[in-house]
Amino acid sequence: MQEIWQALVQAVNLIIGLDPEVIQISLRSLYVSAWSILIAALICIPIGGLIHFHDFKGKRVVINIIQTFYSLPTVVVGLLVFLFISRSGPLGGLELMFTPTAMIIGQVILILPVLTGMTIGALSGVDRSIRDTALSSGANSAQAMWAILFEAKFAVVGALILGFGRAISEVGAALMLGGNIKGYTRVLTTAISLETQRGDLVLSLALGIILIGIAMVVSITMNILLQRY
Amino acid sequence: MSILQTINLEQRIGNAVLLNKVNLSVARGEIFTVIGPTGAGKTTLIRLINLLERPTSGDIVFDSEKITDPSCDAVKVRRRMAMVFQKPAVFNNTVYENVAYPLKVRGTHGRTEKSDVHQLLETIGLSGYARRKARTLSGGEAQRVALARAVVVKPDLLLLDEPTANLDPENVKMIEELVMKFNRESGLTVVMSTHDMQQAQRMAGTIGVLMNGRLVQVGRPGDIFYSPDNARIAGFVGMRNLFGGYIEREEAGIALVNVDGRDIQTVSDLPVRSAVEIYVRPEDVVLAVNAPEGSARNILRCTIRSLTSSGPLCTVMLDCGFPLEALVTNQSVSEMGLRQGQEIYASFKASAVRVMPSTRR
Repeated sequence: MQEIWQALVQAVNLIIGLDPEVIQISLRSLYVSAWSILIAALICIPIGGLIHFHDFKGKRVVINIIQTFYSLPTVVVGLLVFLFISRSGPLGGLELMFTPTAMIIGQVILILPVLTGMTIGALSGVDRSIRDTALSSGANSAQAMWAILFEAKFAVVGALILGFGRAISEVGAALMLGGNIKGYTRVLTTAISLETQRGDLVLSLALGIILIGIAMVVSITMNILLQRY
Repeated sequence: MSILQTINLEQRIGNAVLLNKVNLSVARGEIFTVIGPTGAGKTTLIRLINLLERPTSGDIVFDSEKITDPSCDAVKVRRRMAMVFQKPAVFNNTVYENVAYPLKVRGTHGRTEKSDVHQLLETIGLSGYARRKARTLSGGEAQRVALARAVVVKPDLLLLDEPTANLDPENVKMIEELVMKFNRESGLTVVMSTHDMQQAQRMAGTIGVLMNGRLVQVGRPGDIFYSPDNARIAGFVGMRNLFGGYIEREEAGIALVNVDGRDIQTVSDLPVRSAVEIYVRPEDVVLAVNAPEGSARNILRCTIRSLTSSGPLCTVMLDCGFPLEALVTNQSVSEMGLRQGQEIYASFKASAVRVMPSTRR
């Protein structure tokens, strides 16, 4: 239990002391995961909308499959992307291996199912009367879709925060695709994993506390923005 | 000049026929009320007119344009109409944003329109609510916001689907008055559905009765309430004293209708032996302690089963071999000293009996 207290003190010291390495690692974590969630949002929200607004055969099955992939293991994503971008893989020529870009690709794939599924869920939660009201108010289909998305904003932002959380807290894909290269691809989770192996439990815990702190700041910021619009 | 017409409009879902060859015509500037019981197809009809649903067959002509044509631009058509739904629906936004929404989607949200919105908020009694979240409004207030949102674009046709179904009497009155005001002041054509007969009577220029997907009668409120075309309509508009029987014989212009073995004198030109339903308005039944004389053609001896007063009037349930209802003033009840179990005479004129062909099989 001693370690937890020490870790708290060290975390505060690292933050107050603006330890350059810790700051750099934290910013990189934020950078990689922010890009991941942004790209995933641009893919998932339109796809979720398409699935929600169209009735087709096997829709239920598609949604079930998407929900199954909520439990996609991070190391499996890492492995799959690894197979594609490694030197002998089909995308080997792009030389993406062990770069932040590779980590972003991995995290995007990881959060696609969650974000798509939760977007569908969020849209389903919007009463049908909203669509009718928008249409009979003269909205075209794009405007009506936007009106519905606006009604679902709390649930959609909730999904975005969850997706961001899954991205910033995963270690499997980040380690396999980034390689934990100091000053280049080392992020909070890979650093924690390394320091734990080295035996510096207090530093590991301190980094963990910083990670939770980042997640908290992101979540609070999003919610403040949400209240405003 | 009709602004809206439906031609053999039909809507089926699977085997269910929601609307069955509905032909109606709405004149420019009038309030047309569609009345009918729950499940008659009122909502379907109004949603079809707003192009929120497509009919199985038949056409809708709006301002000389066949809007059911696949080539017709639904968004353009809807932008000339407005609609208020039964369940008050507001966007999770401010009251102002709600009312201004139709202007924004049309891209016509300038300074003039902004002051129009505030003007409208004042008209509906919600000035000062502009920045309030619409979701925090009561049902009645939300429905007024929905009405303001509908008329803000000065539509050619206002559709209202049971707009006051779940509201308190005060808000019902406000909504009715607002709709009539918009109709009166800007000649707005209104098509409204309701299951409330009295509301239809208060508001409508023309009433269409919709039953089981069929438009069974169209007319002025008086026509429908006092001379319904058949017994089903009569029953629906709340008529009591509806009896089944058949025309036994006719003599001297009087048709004798046999109701449960008793002859009732009526005026009818339906053929002898045809099955009919007859209807006597409770207020046309006259009660007397002694056998009356005079022009009343039907005199029935009966027993008072119960007396129920409401306001200045009293409903007297009688047993004359069949149950008969009379509506008299409380004053005459006390003058005659009416009480339960008393033997009494009920009378009504032959001309007060409405005879309709039977709809029973």
